[in-house]
Amino acid sequence: MRTANGKRSRWGLRTLGLGYLALLLLAPLVTIFYKTFEHGLGPPLEAITSSDGLHALKLSLLMVAIAVPLNTVFGVGCALLLVRHRRRGNALIDAVINLPFAISPVVIGLSLFLLYGTQGWFGPGLAEAGIKVLFSVPGMVLASIFVSLPFVVRETVPVLQEIGTEQEQAASTLGANAWQTFWRVTLPAIRWGVAYGVVLTTARVLGEFGAVSIVSGQISGETETLPLFVEKQFQNFNQAGAFGASVVLAMLALATLLAMNVLKRKEDA
Amino acid sequence: MGISVEGAAKRFGDFQALNDVSIDVPNGSLTALLGPSGSGKSTLLRAIAGLETLDAGRVLIDGEDVSTKPTQKREVGFVFQHYAAFKHMTVFENVGFGLKIRKWEKAKISARVHELLSLVQLDGLADRYPSQLSGGQRQRMALARALAVQPQVLLLDEPFGALDAKVRKDLRTWLRHLHDEMHVTTIFVTHDQEEAMDVAGQLVVMNEGRVEQSGSADDLYDHPANEFVMSFVGEVNRLGEHFVRPHDMEVVLDADERTEQAMVQRIVALGFEIRVEFVLGDGTEVWAQLTRAELQKLELREGQIVHLRPGQLKSFSGDVPPSDGSGASTPHDGQDDDDAEVTAAA
Repeated sequence: MRTANGKRSRWGLRTLGLGYLALLLLAPLVTIFYKTFEHGLGPPLEAITSSDGLHALKLSLLMVAIAVPLNTVFGVGCALLLVRHRRRGNALIDAVINLPFAISPVVIGLSLFLLYGTQGWFGPGLAEAGIKVLFSVPGMVLASIFVSLPFVVRETVPVLQEIGTEQEQAASTLGANAWQTFWRVTLPAIRWGVAYGVVLTTARVLGEFGAVSIVSGQISGETETLPLFVEKQFQNFNQAGAFGASVVLAMLALATLLAMNVLKRKEDA
Repeated sequence: MGISVEGAAKRFGDFQALNDVSIDVPNGSLTALLGPSGSGKSTLLRAIAGLETLDAGRVLIDGEDVSTKPTQKREVGFVFQHYAAFKHMTVFENVGFGLKIRKWEKAKISARVHELLSLVQLDGLADRYPSQLSGGQRQRMALARALAVQPQVLLLDEPFGALDAKVRKDLRTWLRHLHDEMHVTTIFVTHDQEEAMDVAGQLVVMNEGRVEQSGSADDLYDHPANEFVMSFVGEVNRLGEHFVRPHDMEVVLDADERTEQAMVQRIVALGFEIRVEFVLGDGTEVWAQLTRAELQKLELREGQIVHLRPGQLKSFSGDVPPSDGSGASTPHDGQDDDDAEVTAAA
């Protein structure tokens, strides 16, 4: 009786879980793919290969190319600090790192706007030096870094805790200095945690809309990333273009995830 | 290379791990740090390696004060209880790690690693990963890794603690042979007195952050400095203020002025050795270690009333100087001398 009940409830849970996923995640995705190719490959392809579309794609990739390495280096360093050097200030750092998760991206965008605007703390000084932050790439990079900052830290901390310090201590007794120990022992041991953090960071930077939208000024062909491009096409009633760009975005995210899975499978084999 | 520690102290929060500890380990010796968990033995070993910094005191290796030297410059081989294998490296890469750090040529590394792998009997497993090895194999790999760089001293932290009994016994015999061949000054930490006595020539007994006594296995067993050492290096019965080893409890059927009446409570056969548990008139529980032949001669039964004649009584109360081992035995028990049949004390 008990096992029969267990079986029934297990099936019940599974159905519920799958139904939830299908309704909330798969249905919208399938709709986008369907809508995109409803009238053939032409319209979406045209939108994506337009000069504004291509520029948006390039700009999105540029954001990834700058924000992801920076947040990876910072994230691994910060995780090492939190796990390996227990200090009193760590609890505060730990809380602050979570801020981008807690604060709405729009608020992040507004705060950057205030900080770097013509009336802001840093704005006038930078403007004198000839550096334009708002409505240009530097501001968008800042916003992207801000919103995607916690991922590498959050994924790396538990892995660092799990591997412990013995391997590192063994390396030091064998003559390795701190730098050699990090590259040869610590980093290889935590690489899957870091890789997962990198994938999440990439996905977040690619998809970021709110914060980037505010600081960029949304100038077509200049400060428009893919998500901003999608929104503009949608506003302009160019549904094919909006959906086409959305599909490109989705493909990029899927490619990142797949790349990690392939690497991981190779590693396990 | 001899090792000395002078006045070592270390505190972790409220816990005093080491309290004014000094030890001397002669060049080429095999020394055991023996003590219960929390006695400070691992902390002391880690301090010698530089994995722990002392609050006070200093560490000398071959006469040189290394207290401020970082671990990687102390040239110590260290073996951890849980192996600390580099999981992402093969056995070959693990053993060759220290040589690679020292920028040896590839051919020389390969030769040295294979030499060590055959020394620890892991030839043929060079391309395996640690996860594909048994616990005993992993620990031998860790030992080969530590020895590869020809350390001045070898430090082992409960090296066999995570292994099962059979493997543990094999490995400790093997470690003794290895030490006979290599003569590298070796300190190993254990909480197992049998293991310490089996492997080491010299023992240092630690308790609550202090050294209780050091000396050879025989010294400690026959002339323990205090109650703690006596009960830690062997089995012990307590009779009031006195202590006696179970094999020094003579069981007789006829009473005399030196015997005490006791009832047999339980007879446990442990192979060759028989453990007989008694309860005395005042309710004290004691036990005696007999051989099978002795038991058959006495024809003991559970519930029987017999008489016990304890020999080699020791007492640690009063002002007995702890450093003088022989002085630790009770001054007032003239029995020892004529109790010749009980033990053959060295």
